[in-house]
Amino acid sequence: MGNAWKFLTMVLGAYLVLFFIDLELFKTSLSFFFNILEEVIPIFAFIFVLMSISNYLITQQIVLKYVRKRGIKKWFFVVIAGILSAGPIYMWYPLLADLKNKGLSYGLIACFLYNRAIKIPLLPLMVFYFSLKYVLVLTLITIFVSVFQGIIINKFMEVKK
Amino acid sequence: MKRNNIRESIVKAGKGLWGAFPLILGTILLVSLIITLIPKSFYVSIFRGNFITDSLIGSLVGSISAGSPITSYIIGGELLEQGIGLIAVTAFLVAWVTVGIIQFPAESFILGKKFAVLRNLSSFVFAIIVAILTFLVLSLI
Repeated sequence: MGNAWKFLTMVLGAYLVLFFIDLELFKTSLSFFFNILEEVIPIFAFIFVLMSISNYLITQQIVLKYVRKRGIKKWFFVVIAGILSAGPIYMWYPLLADLKNKGLSYGLIACFLYNRAIKIPLLPLMVFYFSLKYVLVLTLITIFVSVFQGIIINKFMEVKK
Repeated sequence: MKRNNIRESIVKAGKGLWGAFPLILGTILLVSLIITLIPKSFYVSIFRGNFITDSLIGSLVGSISAGSPITSYIIGGELLEQGIGLIAVTAFLVAWVTVGIIQFPAESFILGKKFAVLRNLSSFVFAIIVAILTFLVLSLI
């Protein structure tokens, strides 16, 4: 059995234990699970379409052409992509792995994932709780740090350009 | 370089997602379990009132938390009202969305263990740095 299926089996095992220990907690967890699943299924379908398009249109040469550009252009693109991406972070892993195999660096992947912290639809709510000034400052610093993190990760992962 | 045809592209995408399917399903189950097990009151009870230790605690607790960022905003708002410092609350908010202990198995399997460890560790540290920088800039403007 592959590691992925072993992981799922372990989690299901935990649920089985919970079923016998605390049935109410089990039912509440399961209810949350189905709620999340309901939200995630459309995202799953969207990622599938994106991956299909990526496989059809985006070859390794195209990825390398853009990510080998010197300067901030590639970082800018990845920052925007990260901010615009929706859904749970783990839904994006398969697409990122696919792009990694086509030449996207680990640093750019990290930068994309970090910028997922900025959720445009949720900014009004954040402003409500923390103020506009706070949200603007936090957003700008997050973007800056995401690029810095990406550069550091590239160095540590020893990505050859 | 030759492009895949449409059918091949769709099949490849399907295989890629199917490979990740048990990890994604397991992660959603795990997230649901964590949300159920940890009540919101827990978050307020763990801070000490010292900005250094609270920043570490904020980043640590944010790292192991799961669920919608909306929950983190609500908890963060409550923490501020309880007198917890802005640096600690910001570290908590940032770590919540950038560090993923719950998602670590999926990230590790799909993107590689070395990358997953490096990204999550650095995100944990950067959550505190972002919090300190945000506080400093807000103090100046």
